[in-house]
Amino acid sequence: MTPEEQEALKRARRGRNVALGLLLLGVIVLFYAITLVKFGHH
Amino acid sequence: MTATTMPFAAPTALPSEWRDYFALTKPRVMSLVVFTGLCGLLAAPGHINPVLGFTAVLCIAIGAGGAGALNQWWEADLDARMKRTAQRPVPQGRMPRSNARDFGVALAVASVLLMGLAVNTLAAAILAVSILYYAVVYTIWLKPRTPQNIVIGGGAGAFPPLIGWVAVTGHITLMPVLLFAIIFMWTPPHFWALALFVKSDYAKAGVPMMPVVKGEASTRRQILAYAVILFLVGLAPWWVGGAGAIYGVAALILSGVFVALCFPVALRRAEEGDRMKPEKRLFAYSVLYLFALFTALVADRLILGPGLAA
Repeated sequence: MTPEEQEALKRARRGRNVALGLLLLGVIVLFYAITLVKFGHH
Repeated sequence: MTATTMPFAAPTALPSEWRDYFALTKPRVMSLVVFTGLCGLLAAPGHINPVLGFTAVLCIAIGAGGAGALNQWWEADLDARMKRTAQRPVPQGRMPRSNARDFGVALAVASVLLMGLAVNTLAAAILAVSILYYAVVYTIWLKPRTPQNIVIGGGAGAFPPLIGWVAVTGHITLMPVLLFAIIFMWTPPHFWALALFVKSDYAKAGVPMMPVVKGEASTRRQILAYAVILFLVGLAPWWVGGAGAIYGVAALILSGVFVALCFPVALRRAEEGDRMKPEKRLFAYSVLYLFALFTALVADRLILGPGLAA
């Protein structure tokens, strides 16, 4: 693998990790909000 | 050819980025799905907490994304043969085929579970049916076998407003079924208009689209026939009292224009080197039609209140 390919691989992986991190954060916030709404009803 | 013998299970040439996974969800199709789902939710009688309403629309979007990814997993070889789809991540070798499948299954399962836990069981069940309908009934079963693929497969795209409605009410009534019927009848003229001007692409890929199998003349006649049925179905929510005058007038004008645009398509034959202007115009209008009709439905509900027979 050439240094350019390695760099591209690293960049793609970093991008995926950031996207996954943001996604997880979004899920946490969403579940928190849903829990508040659901408990609010009882 | 089965999935396991297709040539795109080969090692990937390029690393996949988050954009490739996003592309698997067919974002452009998803925008229409999200819109009609949201309209179903907003037009339904009753109230849903905004957080749960957002969750319901999100689940519809994620479910549609999962179904889109499963479609691209199954059709990788087909996509590679068509200009319109050859740039997708799997045929381009930017990710292994199995990643598209796993991503699709994960999204589909997550969307149904979340819908069931946060919104209601019936909405989750219909969402599950719609995903299976698109991924299995349409993609795997009908699309490669019959020129009626679009007619029956169109049901998959018709589910979102039904799901949005049921997310609010918790049960199925006549109105959401009519919304389902509108998209169901809208799909054939919408897709066949497209198929008429990308006919050579579908023929090359061996997909039995109506213009390829039954010929152009038959397809053109059927486009008009469906448009006439759509005209009647489009007005039905008003007739049955499920929507008011705002929707009724909008449906009359929008569906009237739709039928009017279908006439030149139905009555002509494409010449050599034809630029297919009437077909392209019909296709563009069909997208606008659906957006406008559902917007009118929501406007009607918000301004005039829920219909008597909703």
